[in-house]
Amino acid sequence: MTIDSNNSNSNSNSNNSNSNSNSNNTIKTRLPAFSLKNIDHQAVSFPNNQPTLICFIKKDCPTCELIMPLLAAQLAANDKLLLIGQTSAGNLALHHQYSLPNSLLDDSNLKVSFAFDIEIVPTLIWANESGELVRQEEGFVRDDWQALIQAFGTQANIKWDQYPQWRVGCGSLSVDPDNADRLQAEAENSPLRARKIEIASADDEFEFMFDQGFTDGLPVVPPTPERVIRMLSGTQRDPQEIVAIVPPNMAPASVEKLAINAVLAGCKAEYLPVVIAALEAACTDEFNIHGVMATTMGASPVMVVNGPIRERIGMNMKLSALGQGNRANATIGRALRLAIRNIGGAVPGGTERPTLSNPMKFTMCFAEWQERTPWQPLHVERGFDAQDSVVTLFCMTSGPTLIVDQKSLTAPQLARSMAMSLEHVHHPKAYMSSDCLLVVCPEHLDTLMRDGHYTKQQLRQQIFEASSKPVHQLVEDDQSGMGIPAAKFAQMSEQTKNGQLTKFASADDIHIVVAGSDAGKFSGAFHGWVNGPTGSMVVSKKIQEA
Amino acid sequence: MTTILDPTNEKKPVQRQLAERNSVIAGRLALLDIAKPRGNILLDTFENLLAERLPDVVINRYSKPTFTKPAPDALRSEIRANNDFVIEALAD
Repeated sequence: MTIDSNNSNSNSNSNNSNSNSNSNNTIKTRLPAFSLKNIDHQAVSFPNNQPTLICFIKKDCPTCELIMPLLAAQLAANDKLLLIGQTSAGNLALHHQYSLPNSLLDDSNLKVSFAFDIEIVPTLIWANESGELVRQEEGFVRDDWQALIQAFGTQANIKWDQYPQWRVGCGSLSVDPDNADRLQAEAENSPLRARKIEIASADDEFEFMFDQGFTDGLPVVPPTPERVIRMLSGTQRDPQEIVAIVPPNMAPASVEKLAINAVLAGCKAEYLPVVIAALEAACTDEFNIHGVMATTMGASPVMVVNGPIRERIGMNMKLSALGQGNRANATIGRALRLAIRNIGGAVPGGTERPTLSNPMKFTMCFAEWQERTPWQPLHVERGFDAQDSVVTLFCMTSGPTLIVDQKSLTAPQLARSMAMSLEHVHHPKAYMSSDCLLVVCPEHLDTLMRDGHYTKQQLRQQIFEASSKPVHQLVEDDQSGMGIPAAKFAQMSEQTKNGQLTKFASADDIHIVVAGSDAGKFSGAFHGWVNGPTGSMVVSKKIQEA
Repeated sequence: MTTILDPTNEKKPVQRQLAERNSVIAGRLALLDIAKPRGNILLDTFENLLAERLPDVVINRYSKPTFTKPAPDALRSEIRANNDFVIEALAD
């Protein structure tokens, strides 16, 4: 394959090679400068103020071996060929096998191969005296190589008819998956800017990360540059783009920092867009992640994912949707929590002050089984298109509390039964203070639909009404100091005393999704924290997929 | 050596790094006896071997009051100020 100096990034057909061989093009590609050591450990530099041929080879490439006599003849004819080998041992073997002069250069760390963006060996490059690309050949096409070398002006005695018409090359070691991420991470134009931490070889990296406080108490995956580079491949966003300002330290969270924490959490690259959107949602004034993390009530975000990304990244929305066993569910929720801990500095005993806390602080993320329900999925209810992928954050303080009802047979009966369970949010005598996220299981959904379509709004309204109680039942007494202060109750009018108080300030404070296996009449409910602008409000963000 | 990227906001320095291992022992070497039984015998043997192999190295002997507690601050300061290396006899 021929690449000319005008269009070094395009793959042009070898039939065009002759027309590309002129060196008078106006736009030149400047090749990377380098200094490599030869077999005798002497440094050889490029550019060197003279036209130069550069050839990248590796020992175990049959095509490279095939053309070694040709290259040896070229080396013998003049010193304008820089022959670069990709392994030290291979270089040494070729040096002896073909009686080469000492000019075989060692690129065993592959940095020059990477800088030249070499994908195939052999690759033959003609550079002018300024170090600019004139022409490049990948693999071996005899006529093209002959044309290039003759046009370059060599005096070498090469018997071209002894070589086959063409041979494909081999993959360069610099694009081998074992090396590519490392090379990208180490390159001068690496997207990584985070502080590098060297862990001594005698130290244990897992223990080290525990000691540094990077973890939630469980082991984390070491965020090596290679892993972070792979994680960043999950998004097209600039690694240095600031996603959010994370309290309590009000620290800027770049995409890179979030990717590092996603590695810690055990995420795959394709999960990263969800983590990014989740952090954006968490750090809004409405969601108020600072208050959520700091409260003595032990609150934590619950993440609900909607849209096509659920299937693409393999999220669980069915059996055990809220439990363990699914990597995407588990690690996305954990990545958000680790990012808030590590970037924002929300650490138990610091600004995080929960009395008991709860295990949802490790992770809580699941997907809605929106195909199982005739209802609008959560994200569409909240104003997004059905084809959007969206993450929604709800602040919980307890749950999922199980709503066990295997007996109710009609929609109104089951809705009222659910309302009875939700009367216990925070406390049976705590009213108008919180919201809830109701996770309706499929069998309960079927019961709700048994006598015809029962809308989500009907369910919401039924729960709203059925969970209200007479005011006089909610007054503090000898059984419980919770409830309406007796003195305040005494000042109420008789009409108010005999009126009803709703559990939730609004029916809209009852958020509803569908998830779980097809077997079992057990729905679940997450109880909220302080609702409204002084507490935490539900926030949804669209996920920008790569 | 493993390299990782800092997941934090980088406002605090990284702690708990092991010191680089020197390839050559030169200068002043502390032998610290933690006061476990027979630790002194082990260190006596070390001292003789080291004096034989590294005649230019100055060897200083120290002892903790008790193995049950950390070395007193003054002793740690003394060792740090006057030595380049420490060999500690950790147990009997």
